[in-house]
Amino acid sequence: MSATAKKAAAGAANVPFAFRAYTPDQLRGVLHKMHLIRKFEEGAEDSYTRGLIHGTMHLSIGQEASALGICAPLKADDQITSTHRGHGHCIAKGAQVDRMFAEFFGKTTGYCKGRGGSMHIADVSAGNLGANGIVAGGIPIAVGAALSAKMQKNGKVVVCFFGDGANNEGAFHESLNMAAIWKLPVVFVCENNGYGMSTSTARSTAVERIADRAAAYAMPGVTVNGNDFSAVAEASTTAVERARRGEGPSLIETKTYRHRGHSKSDRNRYRTKEEIEEWKAMRDPINLFEAELQQFGVIDEAGIAAVRAAVEAEIAAGIEFAKTSPAPAAAEGLNFVYTELQ
Amino acid sequence: MDAKVRELSYSQAVQEAMAIALESDPRVFLMGEDIGVYGGAFQVTGDLVERFGPERVIDMPISELGGAGVAVGAAVTGMRPIFEFQFSDFATLAMEQIVNQAAKMRFMLGGEVSVPLVMRFPAGSGTGAAAQHSQSLEAWLAHVPGLKVIQPATPHDAKGMLLAALEDPDPVMIFEHKLLYKMKGAVPEGHYTVPIGKADIARPGKDATIVATSIMVHKALEAAAALAGEGIDLEVIDLRTIRPIDRETVIESVKKTSRLLCVYEAVKTLGIGAEISAMIAESEAFDYLDAPIVRLGGADSPIPYNPDLEKAAVPQVPDIIASARALVQGRR
Repeated sequence: MSATAKKAAAGAANVPFAFRAYTPDQLRGVLHKMHLIRKFEEGAEDSYTRGLIHGTMHLSIGQEASALGICAPLKADDQITSTHRGHGHCIAKGAQVDRMFAEFFGKTTGYCKGRGGSMHIADVSAGNLGANGIVAGGIPIAVGAALSAKMQKNGKVVVCFFGDGANNEGAFHESLNMAAIWKLPVVFVCENNGYGMSTSTARSTAVERIADRAAAYAMPGVTVNGNDFSAVAEASTTAVERARRGEGPSLIETKTYRHRGHSKSDRNRYRTKEEIEEWKAMRDPINLFEAELQQFGVIDEAGIAAVRAAVEAEIAAGIEFAKTSPAPAAAEGLNFVYTELQ
Repeated sequence: MDAKVRELSYSQAVQEAMAIALESDPRVFLMGEDIGVYGGAFQVTGDLVERFGPERVIDMPISELGGAGVAVGAAVTGMRPIFEFQFSDFATLAMEQIVNQAAKMRFMLGGEVSVPLVMRFPAGSGTGAAAQHSQSLEAWLAHVPGLKVIQPATPHDAKGMLLAALEDPDPVMIFEHKLLYKMKGAVPEGHYTVPIGKADIARPGKDATIVATSIMVHKALEAAAALAGEGIDLEVIDLRTIRPIDRETVIESVKKTSRLLCVYEAVKTLGIGAEISAMIAESEAFDYLDAPIVRLGGADSPIPYNPDLEKAAVPQVPDIIASARALVQGRR
């Protein structure tokens, strides 16, 4: 290796993965989606407050880098299973915010034609097999989708999102074990935001690092900073490539934090204001990513302002689409219970 | 051209259906506990693993919840899994995936997916296996919109309904009574289907209708044969499917006979007989009734181990004879 090449290699080692792996255009696209997730959820929250959305919702504000970093190496026909905190996953996998808003508003133009709402948001055509109202409910389903991919030899990889709460469910253990013994193309992603509703991982989970549980299933397990897009994308790329090579599953733990409560009923009595403010001020994934993009000359202040403006317009149009879309008729209540009743 | 008909046991008929499906449809695979070299706890899968290989006849770990979910995930992504519970009782471990996921996924996603999942549940008492290996839980699942629940009573129907289930785009739960596995009956060769949702009039009659499920169909037929000697002519309906119920066949029969006796092995309280009784009470057949509806079902207890107590916990032929005779003769 020449001296120049050595110097270039050493320099490259200091450049974060994402800035080596993706083009500036792609990175600006990631920033766009980060803002899109954030503003989508703020828009959903605002619509809820105005009484336009009923029920409840689980916001992932503060976790955007995890969803986007994990989905970064996925192809269009790769699949994901998601969680009750799944808006970010859905957008990261390619969903449109207008149809998501329409679903939250209970309209026929929504991804689930108004039958699912926030907790069952899905976009099957983009490979999102659905959020899930049951903690750990999607984990075995992801393993089944991966078994399909292996049997059909179609090269697909399945990403299975779940939270720290799910890692204490029996389904987690059963699923990781089966995926490992059958060497299935699945990547398990534990988004550890520190709390299963009100119960901290310190109080609920015997191991400090959830990724350590991978050892019990003879698969690689890594813990990454879930608020660092590049770190998440790097871990995901390694795991997705391993899965695609037919070498089996991996477990990634992305350590992150939700700025909002568990759901709309949360009074935040189990954590301090100081803790929340500290995460917002010091470890907001969007602030961190924007600083990095500027540091490596990918975008400037004006560019960031343009991204924000474009997202605002997309969100406003999405809410308008949802408001003006038709609601399902009461007579259609039994549709989709069975395939023939459609 | 009529297919050749042979005598097969119920378990052979189920196995033949699975073999036909495995041969003709690359999407079909089997999953369950000890269904490979062991051949299944009741030898229903038999040597299928030798014929179709361990990648299509999958021995799974003892993980009912996870395994059921794997089957759901495979079903929504283009496969046609046939999932065997070793005992229907073990479905209790997998209820989350059956009830919250398989049954609702199509609905929750606004029709964007189908869940073409077949699950087989060896059910029922009579084997001395006591309280945790002898239950009849079909009504639990029949209470869940999104599922179809069938109980084939004969080798012919066991094969034809399993093949129908595989053509169905929705999840079909098949309850197979363990005591029927060795029962023999006429089974045509090759592929045929018996429709889901259609009852069978196993014995036509005019004096009273017995609506029976699964093994109780045979007990009811035995009772009807005995009472024929007394001049009592019973109609026996093999319900075959408990969700969706074949309302028309049952209502028409009751309108004809004016008397109804429901016979089922599951716990009587809140069981299929309650549903059939209410259905008749709400229908035009109510005006035709000449006597109160009678239900014979399982005792309000777990299935006991002691063989005499075990028999006493579910309806037997003498119970059906006594109830049917009283029903027809107007005595209770």
